[in-house]
Amino acid sequence: MSKTLTIRYFAGFREHAGVNEETVSLAANTARDVFDQLKNRHGSREPLGHCKVAINDEMSDWDAPVGDGDTILLFPPVAGG
Amino acid sequence: MMQISSGTISPEDLRSRLAEPAAGAYASFEGWIRNENEGNAVLRLEYEAYEPLAVKEGERVIREAKDKYPVLQAHCVHRTGLLELGEVAVWVGVAAPHRDEAFAACRYIIDQVKFRLPIWKKEHYADGHSGWVNCERCAAHGEADTAMRR
Repeated sequence: MSKTLTIRYFAGFREHAGVNEETVSLAANTARDVFDQLKNRHGSREPLGHCKVAINDEMSDWDAPVGDGDTILLFPPVAGG
Repeated sequence: MMQISSGTISPEDLRSRLAEPAAGAYASFEGWIRNENEGNAVLRLEYEAYEPLAVKEGERVIREAKDKYPVLQAHCVHRTGLLELGEVAVWVGVAAPHRDEAFAACRYIIDQVKFRLPIWKKEHYADGHSGWVNCERCAAHGEADTAMRR
């Protein structure tokens, strides 16, 4: 069953998607499913382990479940400092 | 305390906030913008942060440092926006009774901050190209940048 999710893109992901944020309808159970199904949007060929994800403003694991109405934040590999 | 700042970092001002009578040692780290990365001449850097989670995760890192080492005060400030060569991109300051724990906590904080906080940097190169650091396989890194590396 598909879920309505708000997706937020950052840094290189945002530049590829061309938007900060969008609402999508996906048949996704986990954050990993979201990342995989939105490959054309974020455009990343990075290994998933290099990227990070947050669900509703909490850092999460790629195996974390996503629910209808959740906001998923997709973070490219970080580079602070 | 973790802060994200769009304004210039002033280490002298930040340092004075850590002073307290029980502190016998102060250790700090400053990350500066340098003119080269992996053979490319860099003109300036652009930092982006997702502030709510960068602060939350930074506070967590500082709490961990305080749990691991007996320090009195630990602060970190990270810049966002466009930074020119020589500017301070990140500052960590630790006050402790003795130097060993001050050095160790400072090192722990900067290492974790670089690895864990949702902060990204884009390098602007002398030849007009630009690229997100650590994101070679992000499509937005751009064909021009790939061509430049050949």
